Amino acid sequence: MFRRATGLLARPIISSARARIRPFSTDLPATETGDTNFIEAWKKLVPNIDPPKTPISFMQPRPATPSSIPTKLTVNFVLPYASELASKEVDMIIIPATTGQMGVLPGHVATIAELKPGVMSVHEGNDTTKYFVSSGFAFIHANSFADVIAVEAVPLDHIDQSLVQKGLAEFTQKLSSASTDLEKAEAQIGVDVHSALNAALTG
Amino acid sequence: MAMAALRREGRRFVPLISPQPISAVQSTLISQEQAPLGVRSISTQIVRNRMKSVKNIQKITKAMKMVAASKLRAIQIKAENSRGVWQPFTALLGDNPSVDVKKNVIITVSSDKGLCGGINSTSVKISKALQKLTSGPEKQSTYVVLGEKAKAQFIRDSKDNIELILTELQRNPLNYTQVSVLADDILKNVEYDALRIVFNKFHSVVSFPPTMATVLSPETVERESESGGNLGELDSYEIEGGETKGEILQNLAEFQFSCVMFNAVLENACSEQGARMSAMDSSSRNAGEMLDRLTLTYNRTRQASITTELIEIISGASALQG
Repeated sequence: MFRRATGLLARPIISSARARIRPFSTDLPATETGDTNFIEAWKKLVPNIDPPKTPISFMQPRPATPSSIPTKLTVNFVLPYASELASKEVDMIIIPATTGQMGVLPGHVATIAELKPGVMSVHEGNDTTKYFVSSGFAFIHANSFADVIAVEAVPLDHIDQSLVQKGLAEFTQKLSSASTDLEKAEAQIGVDVHSALNAALTG
Repeated sequence: MAMAALRREGRRFVPLISPQPISAVQSTLISQEQAPLGVRSISTQIVRNRMKSVKNIQKITKAMKMVAASKLRAIQIKAENSRGVWQPFTALLGDNPSVDVKKNVIITVSSDKGLCGGINSTSVKISKALQKLTSGPEKQSTYVVLGEKAKAQFIRDSKDNIELILTELQRNPLNYTQVSVLADDILKNVEYDALRIVFNKFHSVVSFPPTMATVLSPETVERESESGGNLGELDSYEIEGGETKGEILQNLAEFQFSCVMFNAVLENACSEQGARMSAMDSSSRNAGEMLDRLTLTYNRTRQASITTELIEIISGASALQG
């Protein structure tokens, strides 16, 4: 029975590593170093226990800002349950920032943008992929790396128009009948998201 | 040698067996295992009972290992998919474990169920060492405890430093909504300059090193970016949206915290299942070894009592003849 157990064990780990395209450098301790100040302070105080690892040792370091503007933008589009795009080289992305749709090209100035519910489109050559993102943040770094972190994102063709209409009507009704501030805020969020969905589908 | 073993075991089992005078012939008819036969013949019943219970335990631990393996498979996929979500924050804000702040809050992630090896003790040890490291004359660190096992350990000696205890995280399968509600709870009830999340990161089924992730409060981020160092380049970033930079940093810190918590909780759940698998595996192996030893004892006992019977018969027969 032990033999079967090792077979069962081996299968998921091997198949998952080989079959899926590895998104980020998930399992590679790229830099084993970690923060030296912390490790030294730890060793002085608690010499018997090994210091805990810190996230920096699990990440690939980002390249430095190049002197000339690169031709492509490297996009990481992550959701809590998946990495939609991982270090994908594209020409341009358009993100729904709270101040409006924002286009990002290689060489864009470093920006931190908060996102509102809306459509994000990724342009690669002649293809455009559109996602509806619920909200989140976008970091554009000086080295033409763009990180978009969203709480939820769906490709536009997965959205059902009729459900959107129903939801919009329901939340507008809730907003008009809301009494407390909390209910008003929740209903307002629902109305915002559904009208953005509506606009995304029609526009 | 059999007589020596017999004598040895006889001495051990004497208080349990009531001595009954049974003739040599009769004893061969009565099966060995039934009635206690007196000092010279030990009951093999006791050894057999032990063997049965050890075998049952072995079956249970094997089953628990299979269950843990299947649960691990399910949650490992989720954990690996969530690994991308904290990397952009570390890419932007860097990693500052050695930041010097007044109020540290140490969030220890642990499991609710036991039988998972030493991972919870490791997390608690590291949290306590962290508390020593980050407290000082003007500095203070408190705990937020997630999970029953760490709660039991902390309540014993650090009861005053605990700010919040949350248990039963895994009653429903872990998802981002639940963790963001949890993060919201923590942020509402706790004042902090830096949050340090201690959890076990899942590397493989046999390796889950303790890891500490740091999330800074917006004020600390501003202060660090002004003083240079890791966050020195933060000022060069333009802020889109929101009224003030402070508002954006606030939202950013909250979002970062919920993302990092989500990953931490998933990784810890994976490590828990992996640790349970290896604990149950070594438990089954130990039970197997114990069973082997008991089988040997059982056989020796059985053979010794057969030998005794034979000797009695033969000496009785030779006494009659001679």
